[in-house]
Amino acid sequence: MIWGVLQFPGSCDERDALHACEVHGDGARLIWHESRDLDGLDGVVVPGGFSYGDYLRAGAIARFSPAMEAVAEAAAGGMPVLGICNGFQVLCEAGLLPGALLRNVELRFRCHQVELVEEGSGERLSIPAKHGEGRYYAPAEMLDQIEANGQVAYRYAEGHNSNGSVRDIAGVSNERGNVLGLMPHPEHAVDPLTGSTDGLRVFDRLSRGAFANHGDGNPPR
Amino acid sequence: MLIRPKEGILDPQGKAVERALPALGFEGIGQVHVGRMVELEADDPERLAELCEKLLANTLIEDYEIQTL
Repeated sequence: MIWGVLQFPGSCDERDALHACEVHGDGARLIWHESRDLDGLDGVVVPGGFSYGDYLRAGAIARFSPAMEAVAEAAAGGMPVLGICNGFQVLCEAGLLPGALLRNVELRFRCHQVELVEEGSGERLSIPAKHGEGRYYAPAEMLDQIEANGQVAYRYAEGHNSNGSVRDIAGVSNERGNVLGLMPHPEHAVDPLTGSTDGLRVFDRLSRGAFANHGDGNPPR
Repeated sequence: MLIRPKEGILDPQGKAVERALPALGFEGIGQVHVGRMVELEADDPERLAELCEKLLANTLIEDYEIQTL
């Protein structure tokens, strides 16, 4: 599996994402935001940071970059795409994922280790979160729809939803299950040296289609 | 263009401003919401709604209003 990691002006987690992809797969390379070249890639990470200064709204400008246009096309073709933090915001703004990310409920930038619960398996993951605009929001009808479709991929464990996300949602996928957005940072949890390797599980599950919607109303397996 | 959080969506920024008011001696002020204003000059004002829909507002979470001067 060869990964590509997008790099916008203002990205700051692309190096860790690159490292995580190298640990998980067979190689990875950075893709500058002005490039459309995804040749030879099997998956793409849209990393965290503050793309284009987060001007207007987080992720609002990045969605119009040539690299993101190429990613949207590749995603439509079924390529696995993982958006982390700012990358999640970009994918929501681009309409590749449902919902939006709002300012944290207490207006504070939060930086701490969080426990996530994987929908379906109930597996618990410990990975870092660091964001000021991580409060997942979607209107009630949309939420009911994505829950019915099995698109909720991760929720904050009890007591870990510090940003006020609706229904404790930390990560969602698209209907097809090949595009995943996650507010906490799996790319920072791939080495025992930093306390947890649970983040690799996210890369692994996405790469083997584990978030695919099975159309039976059941959560992803 | 005036862009503001949709009604019913928790607006912590507005709440924070509202909570600060009594300490400054402002009483009787409520329902504070913080949005943003975008000023621009346009040759063709007809297309401004499209501009709001596509970029300036995220209509899932924000309402917009266009005022022509």
